[in-house]
Amino acid sequence: MRHQNSARLSWFRTTLRGRIRAFIGALFVAAFAVSAASIAEPLATLRGETINQEPRAPMMGKQVNTDLRAVRNYPEQPPTIPHKTRGYAINLQANKCLSCHSRRAIEQSQAPMISVTHFMDREGQVLSSVTPRRYFCNQCHVPQLDAKPLVGNDFVDADAVIKAKGN
Amino acid sequence: MALLRSLNRPSRHFSLGFLTLGGFIAGIMFWGAFNTALEVTNTEAFCISCHEMRDNPYQELRETIHYSNRSGVRATCPDCHVPHNWTDKIARKMAATKEVWGKVFGTINTREKFQDKRLELAIHEWARFKANDSLECRNCHEYVYMDITQQSPRAADQHERLLANGEKTCIDCHKGIAHQLPDMSGVKGWN
Repeated sequence: MRHQNSARLSWFRTTLRGRIRAFIGALFVAAFAVSAASIAEPLATLRGETINQEPRAPMMGKQVNTDLRAVRNYPEQPPTIPHKTRGYAINLQANKCLSCHSRRAIEQSQAPMISVTHFMDREGQVLSSVTPRRYFCNQCHVPQLDAKPLVGNDFVDADAVIKAKGN
Repeated sequence: MALLRSLNRPSRHFSLGFLTLGGFIAGIMFWGAFNTALEVTNTEAFCISCHEMRDNPYQELRETIHYSNRSGVRATCPDCHVPHNWTDKIARKMAATKEVWGKVFGTINTREKFQDKRLELAIHEWARFKANDSLECRNCHEYVYMDITQQSPRAADQHERLLANGEKTCIDCHKGIAHQLPDMSGVKGWN
C-alpha cells in the first residue's frame, strides 16, 4: 500500500515536472520565434538601429544666430531666442539674459524688454523687476537649431483652422 | 660698516678687465636666470600647480570656448591674466606677491572660501581690464581687425555703437566668459 502510494506520487511528480519542462520549452520556442521575427523585420524606432548596434551620432545642429524674431505659432507661445546663448549664466549669482533684456539694460542693448507679465508675482502685483518665478528664462525661451525635426508634426496654426472653417 | 667701506674702495686684488668682463658675464647670467624664472611663472602648468587655481578657475575655464573650440586655438591663464608688455608684466608680478601671501595663509584654500572671495577677486581683474582698455582681450580680438559683416546683427551693432568710439571696453559686456560669475547683484549693468 505504501509502495503503491509512493509510486502514484512519483507518477504525479514526473507529470508535473514534465509539464513545467514542456511549458519552459514552449516559452523558449516562442521567444526564439519573436526574436527571429524582429531580426527579419527591425522595429521602427527613433534610434533607427537594433539594440545590438551602435548608431552613428547625428551631426550637431547649428544654433540660429540671425537675430530675427520668429513667428509665434500661437499667441501665448514664449518667443524663441534668435541668437546663440553658449555659456550664458542663469543661476543664483547672475543672469546673463537680464544684462541685455532687463528694463534698465535695453537702452544700451536695444534688445526687447522682458514682458511686464514677468514682473508680476502670483497675486498679480507688478514688481520693479523680474519676479523670482520668471527668473529662469530658458525654462520657456529656447534657442533654435537649424535642423530637421526628428518626428513629424501636424500642428495647424489657429488662423489656418479658422480659414478652413470658412469663418 | 666694514662691508660698506670695502664696497667704496677700489679693488686691490682684481683687475679692472676682470671686474668689467666678469660683471658683464655675471649680469647676462643673472638676467637669463631671472627672465627664465619669470617665464616659468608665466605658464599654465605653473598656475595650476596650486590646487586653488587647478580646482576652481581652471576647471571652469575648461568648459568655455577659450579652452575648447573648433579651430583649436587656446588661451591659457597668462594670456589673459599677465600683461605681455615687460613693464606692465613686472608691475603685475609685483602685485602678485599678494597672491603668494594668500597661498601661504590659505586665503582661498577651499571651494567655499574661493566662492566667498570670488567677487573681490573678480572686481580686481575687471578694474585691471578696464584700466588698460581690455588689452589682454585685444591681443587677439582688436576692434580694427574685426570683420563686422561676419558678426551677428546684434554683435555688429553693439561693437559699432559702443566699442568703436571707446565708450565701452570689452570687459564691460564680456564678463564671466572664461570663469563662472560671482554674485552680480550690485555690479553695474547687471540686475
